Amino acid sequence: MIAIVDYGVGNLFSIASSLKKIGVDAICTGDADTIRACDKILLPGVGAFRDAAAKLAASGLDTVIKEEARSGKPLLGICLGMQLLFDKSYEYGEYAGLGLIPGEVRPIAEVIPRDLKIPHIGWNALSFKKPSPLFKYIKEGDFVYFVHSFFGARCEEFVTSVAEYGAPLTASVERGNVFGCQFHPEKSGDVGLAMLRAFAEL
Amino acid sequence: MITKRIIPCLDVKNGRVVKGVNFEGLSDVSSPVELGKYYSDAGADELVFYDITASSEGRTIFTDILREVARNVFIPLTVGGGINTLEDFDRVLKCGADKVSVNSGAIRNPSLIEDAAKRYGDQCVVLSCDVKRVGGEFRVFAKGGREDTGLNALEWIRRGASSGAGEIVLNSIDTDGVKRGFDIEMLRAVCDIVKVPVIASGGAGCMEDFLTLFRELPLVDAGLAASIFHFGEVRIDELKRMLKKNGIPMRIVN
Repeated sequence: MIAIVDYGVGNLFSIASSLKKIGVDAICTGDADTIRACDKILLPGVGAFRDAAAKLAASGLDTVIKEEARSGKPLLGICLGMQLLFDKSYEYGEYAGLGLIPGEVRPIAEVIPRDLKIPHIGWNALSFKKPSPLFKYIKEGDFVYFVHSFFGARCEEFVTSVAEYGAPLTASVERGNVFGCQFHPEKSGDVGLAMLRAFAEL
Repeated sequence: MITKRIIPCLDVKNGRVVKGVNFEGLSDVSSPVELGKYYSDAGADELVFYDITASSEGRTIFTDILREVARNVFIPLTVGGGINTLEDFDRVLKCGADKVSVNSGAIRNPSLIEDAAKRYGDQCVVLSCDVKRVGGEFRVFAKGGREDTGLNALEWIRRGASSGAGEIVLNSIDTDGVKRGFDIEMLRAVCDIVKVPVIASGGAGCMEDFLTLFRELPLVDAGLAASIFHFGEVRIDELKRMLKKNGIPMRIVN
């Protein structure tokens, strides 16, 4: 059973639907005991880093997620959920993240040419940097769907794939049992579903 | 590099897709779920659903249908039609929509764009405009293109983008239905003034029209069409393969 962490940020309908589609049991929950009882954790998120981090802290689930991740339970952060895994974010200020993966979240405007549009929105190809169990059913060059204006920086050691957008932008990260993807697997067609299946099979 | 997007648009009335012919392997062409899956399998990069029902009963059917689509189709979904308030945003986002398109609702209440962008993020708000040439200027039309608002389209779009619209859908009334190609001149004028993605709509009659669009206007991000896809005149998989062969960045499935 996968716990989809419900901490009041964004709607979880699509992510829950995508897991159901591939026959994986999942539950949307904000309850600490339920999250502890599940064998995997999925951390979604859309919107602003500050609000999400504040809501996670206010619910006390930040501690639960950190403890569970440190105990070795597989954790996957999606989009803003991935960004929350890092030490800190510079999205309109400076805010602390969960600190599960060393690195920081910075504006993509700092690294891409000025003539490119922001946000980085649409389908982009994955370029693998390191092998990952999440890539079991997908291949180099497969397209996934991105929507973001900030990205994971100073985390090179943990980057497993990037997407080229005037600069190589972090597409996925991994540190032991902690995984993150900047793109939306639940909106990336069969490729995204295949990645979620690989996570479910860990 | 990011690919150009091909987007079919489905008009939904009382839970059924308006316009639609027989596709091989599709048992019910008026089913938004079946047609949505069909397009997604063919490689559509996104789907747009327009709710063209007027009644509140129709609204409920539409959101039920939307939920069913989102349970079965895993590409971005944009929803438009009858979006007048933040509650309308909430209603469709909860049912699995990723982006919400505003048109007449934003003309009646321009703060809708800013309010929605603040609550849901810029990426969620799409400003859709029906534009027609009137006396040498580009003019915004409301109510499905029937009413001249007197608004200058370029000013309106610039304002919308600065209020937080994360994407612009530009539908040229002048080329819509003519099937002789997208309105390159109008699109160029819009691409010159905004930095957010621009989606071209109105005028596509054949595959070459999309090639012309992306070659002439590298700043256009996507091409949207309805009837040429629904009537099978252009097949999305063939279209995308042709564009890719001609050097346009495309996502090809299978």
